[in-house]
Amino acid sequence: MSQTMTTKELAKKVVNHEETLILDVRNTDEFDDWKIEGGKVEVINEPYFNLLDGVDPVAEKLNKDQEIIVVCAKGGSSQMIAEMMEEEGFTNVYDLEGGMKAWSEHLEPVKIADLKDGGSLYQFVRLGKGCLSYFIESNGEAAIVDSNRMITNYEKFADEEGVQIKHLIDTHLHADHISGGHELAEKVDGTYHLPPKDAEEVTFDYAALEEGNDIVVGNTTVKVQPVYSPGHTLGSTSLIIDDKYLLTGDILFVKSIGRPDLAGKAEDWVGDLRNTLYSRYKELSDDLIVLPAHYSFAEELGDDGSVSARLGDLYQYNEGLQVDDENEFRKMVTENLPPQPNAYEDIRKTNMGKITPENEKQREMEIGPNRCAVQG
Amino acid sequence: MDSAKLLDAKGMACPMPVVKTKKAMKDINTGEVLEVHATDKGAKSDLAAWAKSGGHELLKDTEEDDVLKFWIKKG
Repeated sequence: MSQTMTTKELAKKVVNHEETLILDVRNTDEFDDWKIEGGKVEVINEPYFNLLDGVDPVAEKLNKDQEIIVVCAKGGSSQMIAEMMEEEGFTNVYDLEGGMKAWSEHLEPVKIADLKDGGSLYQFVRLGKGCLSYFIESNGEAAIVDSNRMITNYEKFADEEGVQIKHLIDTHLHADHISGGHELAEKVDGTYHLPPKDAEEVTFDYAALEEGNDIVVGNTTVKVQPVYSPGHTLGSTSLIIDDKYLLTGDILFVKSIGRPDLAGKAEDWVGDLRNTLYSRYKELSDDLIVLPAHYSFAEELGDDGSVSARLGDLYQYNEGLQVDDENEFRKMVTENLPPQPNAYEDIRKTNMGKITPENEKQREMEIGPNRCAVQG
Repeated sequence: MDSAKLLDAKGMACPMPVVKTKKAMKDINTGEVLEVHATDKGAKSDLAAWAKSGGHELLKDTEEDDVLKFWIKKG
């Protein structure tokens, strides 16, 4: 029997920048579309069906004593291949439990900071999809921003921290992943906040996330100040926590900027996006730490596995912020865009409450990368 | 479509649909068609990629009521 590695164990290796060798045995189209990345991960692809007559095609490339983690879509093929490799004399082979499907759902909490009045801010890194959500706790209460569908992760974390979840906030109506915000709000009897301009078609009650409507977490210690910042969706709203942390949602990322085409026509919102990035954010302090809702590139993961950057630095290095010519900018964010996220229209409908797919269907809808960014 | 053999791989999880298909291909002659029925969603892209890498031709595939059907011509 080969050994099994859990997604949690693998996530620790990735965020700790440990040398990690992955043999991905999915078919090459799926591999090219989406794979495990980050830290010091090296990944090679050889579809399992090319190895059914023997593992020679990969055995030649690998050292029999090195640690190798075999990965497939759901865990069945990787287990078979790992066992075949052991029979061939490999001594340190693991198969990833649940495969890429489980990897897509793993959330790794990383502490970002202690807040001024005794609270803490955590970033939950969804390594398999590049989604980032935020957990703000203060004086026994918590708020979660851009929560994922896997709400038990947050509930468990809140239990461990001894805090009660009070507010669930989505910076915008998401198109790449299914939000857990509304469901978790109902479960814990908390408040679900969504920008009204993104909520015109939602089928449930929500609190308006609007400029001026501060949200208090804990004993008035942490103020969340919504800043209206349209561009990715019409209602996109940024949050400032503790006068220091700028949660940009899908407007501004560390190495790229948000794409304006996932909820309608890019043409309509490109002006808003430009105004937010080139005027509104510029009026804010350069020392704000940008905490986005996504990342697209493995190198965006910092030394501790978190994703963040100083706003002033982004104005120097983020290519999406260096386009002085407005027409050139318009062209960049409306032409040659990457493919849209898997099932993004159904994901939007699910987030509006218009459809309620079964759990298994929801998992399938979310498979693949987030694709919320435009590369500068 | 005329097929020389029918493989029922319904209810089987990856990697079994491809493993069984590969085995069943040995029972038919070059130019003949194997029909495969499966329910594992992953079979769709895997069978197509496997057929291509093995020199076979995926003539047609359909999806009805969650059952995926494939017709693969042996190369």
